Amino acid sequence: MEILMSIFKEIKISVIVTLVLLIVCCGIYPLVIYGVGQAFFPRQANGSIVLDGSGKPIASTLLGQDFSADKYFNPRPSAAGTGSDFRYDSTSSGGSNYGATSQALHDAVAQRIADYRKANNLAADASVPADAAEASASGLDPHISIKNALLQVPRVAKARNMSEDDLKKLVDQYTDGRDFGILGEPGVNIIKLNLALDGKYK
Amino acid sequence: MNATLGWTQLALYLGLLILITKPLGLYLLQVLDANGRTWLDPILKPLERLTYRLGGVDPGKEQHWKHYTISMLIFSLITMLVTYVILRMQAILPLQHLFNPQGFPAVPDHLSFNTAMSFTTNTNWQSYSGESTMSYFSQMVALASQNFFSAAVGIAIAAALVRGIARDSMQTIGNFWVDLVRITYYLLLPICLVYAIFLVSQGMIQNFKPYDAAALTEKETIQVQKTDASGNPVKDAKGNPVMVPQVVDTQSIPEGPMASQMAIKMLGTNGGGYTNANASHPFENPTPFSNFIQMLSIFSIGSALTYYLGRMVKNPGHGWSVWAAMTFLFLTGFFVCWHYETVGNPILTQLGVDPADGNMEGKEVRFGITNSALFATITTDASCGAVNCMHDSLTPLGGLVPLFNIELGEVVFGGVGAGLYGMLVFVITAVFIAGLMVGRTPEYLGKKIQSFEVKMSMLVLLVLAMDILGFTAWACVSDWGKAGLNNNGPHGFSEMLYAYSSVTGNNGSAFAGLTASTYWYDTTLAVGMFIGRFLMIIPIMAIAGSLAAKKLVPPGPGSFPVSGGTFTLLLIGTVLLVGALNFLPALTLGPVVEHFLMWSGKLF
Repeated sequence: MEILMSIFKEIKISVIVTLVLLIVCCGIYPLVIYGVGQAFFPRQANGSIVLDGSGKPIASTLLGQDFSADKYFNPRPSAAGTGSDFRYDSTSSGGSNYGATSQALHDAVAQRIADYRKANNLAADASVPADAAEASASGLDPHISIKNALLQVPRVAKARNMSEDDLKKLVDQYTDGRDFGILGEPGVNIIKLNLALDGKYK
Repeated sequence: MNATLGWTQLALYLGLLILITKPLGLYLLQVLDANGRTWLDPILKPLERLTYRLGGVDPGKEQHWKHYTISMLIFSLITMLVTYVILRMQAILPLQHLFNPQGFPAVPDHLSFNTAMSFTTNTNWQSYSGESTMSYFSQMVALASQNFFSAAVGIAIAAALVRGIARDSMQTIGNFWVDLVRITYYLLLPICLVYAIFLVSQGMIQNFKPYDAAALTEKETIQVQKTDASGNPVKDAKGNPVMVPQVVDTQSIPEGPMASQMAIKMLGTNGGGYTNANASHPFENPTPFSNFIQMLSIFSIGSALTYYLGRMVKNPGHGWSVWAAMTFLFLTGFFVCWHYETVGNPILTQLGVDPADGNMEGKEVRFGITNSALFATITTDASCGAVNCMHDSLTPLGGLVPLFNIELGEVVFGGVGAGLYGMLVFVITAVFIAGLMVGRTPEYLGKKIQSFEVKMSMLVLLVLAMDILGFTAWACVSDWGKAGLNNNGPHGFSEMLYAYSSVTGNNGSAFAGLTASTYWYDTTLAVGMFIGRFLMIIPIMAIAGSLAAKKLVPPGPGSFPVSGGTFTLLLIGTVLLVGALNFLPALTLGPVVEHFLMWSGKLF
């Protein structure tokens, strides 16, 4: 009987302490972060959205989109999406999850390499940047490597009647470098770059 | 790829980790003392007292280990129930337009059970895809609450065990409620407040608006399965699904209260992502800087706890010796993973992928090889389980590192609290082995290690191995097990082995190709998590209680010193030996054989 009473007492403490902690950790705390975020970092807190001239969202600078035309820099292969051929589905982020000995991975990479060489007028044995042939982790990677971007410059310049030098300057402008010059790897943000080429991002 | 910068980043990481270990450890000494004083007392003391008063907790009264354990179990059960109920009811809770603007339906029962178990046990295995399953309320309350609670419980257990070691001739080991409340208020909340705001500044979202529909620059036409009026797929005469074209002209951009949840996800080594892609998603880990701080926060409390241990047992050298053993294991794992990811996949190199780039399948450009390998090692050394690259797509031996890290028991800094109490089991085993070698009664910090403590330690180690290997074996020979595989050949086996290792170790990362959101997987994985968490904690609490009650024996010339190089080496040896004996056969069947097959160009 005494044990039952003490277990009952523990249950009572559990319920009340849980409620108090829920209010503090899941009520007050996230709302404080919401308030501070909206006040000091409204762009970031709301998804780093790019708006068009009429104020409608057209992209987030953090989330990749598919650009397949010659006049755009093409993003990395993406495995986001559920089975369909729509890539960069931001409601279904994720990688291919293929292991190193996967036939499906082998076939997909072979196809991408062939397509990449053809699109960018490369030699049949030219090596292709890994990020252009292999899918990202999130399926929404907004970056491509600098090497990848420079290989695409001649194609994009031709499609847009621009000089390659002008285009390279733009690539450089929209390259996110290493943080503090040390952390991470540099990457070209293709959302910013492609929208800037269309005059939709400044 | 730049090797010099890779080394610089590693040095920076390790340097900062050493720098924060002592200050945070000193702070822990105050937080984990019911009468401790911190500079936050003026703000938090009233809140702490109010919580005790409402709950009817007497903060001055300590508990016997059995009482402490029962309080912890009841608390875990109640909070798990809260999580489960919220997930099941997310579609009918009030304020739907604010907290569930996407109108997500109730989470299915087996998935709710799996998720509630997963978050209660600090596993945070994700059988679901957050951005298309969970309402804002579910994320913010059902899941984030467990990020706080399960972390606080882990630290509380570690503190209780350390008290047991430090005390002598006593029956009590602290008060669970006091530990829980103080850890949450004084440790987790203040750090998260600053941390979450930092994450927002880097680009992480924190809002309550519906998903944005961004008009795509290039519209796409995709083939989707045709469904009839009641939502069932239409099939043609041969039974194949009928496909119809559909134009996609918008990208649905996920929103919601992410930053507040991600801060505690990392600090509390929970690892459950807001989105399916976890910390590789550009919202969840926007910059290399946010990535660096996230990696640091995963190890921070685990590292500080070693300092806490040293100070509590009045032998700071012991704390640092444990720290050194952990750091050695961490660096070894990282170098192996880093090396094999840099070398890349010879099969793809042969097709024409630039060999200088390493293996980029399942990795993000902004993190590259170095930070992906570093994150993968850290998240599995600790029981975090957040991922910034897809572990399923690591090279075979690169992927062996996270897998083996988990199987060692995640004792390398480890989950908050869980890492330390797991490592102390190995310490007891190591001391026991040393005692056997010199033919004396083993002693640990002036206490005789007797058959009871050794039995309990062995119980912990055997339960973990049986949980992992037993369930993996079962899945291997079952149709439900093989049905979930995304890869064939040895890698398919690795997917199953990784899944049960991950849930048993309460890690939560995955070889994520495995489709685990089925009844069989959800249920067996949830049972695996339960065993891995609570059947480990109970013997450990029994050790704590037994040690606290023992009398102190003055150190003699035959006492084995638990600080210094010999002890560190012995500890490393014990961890590796136990891990290798238990898991080398299974690892050989998976990643090791896959490595050789990859180099011979075999495909599955």
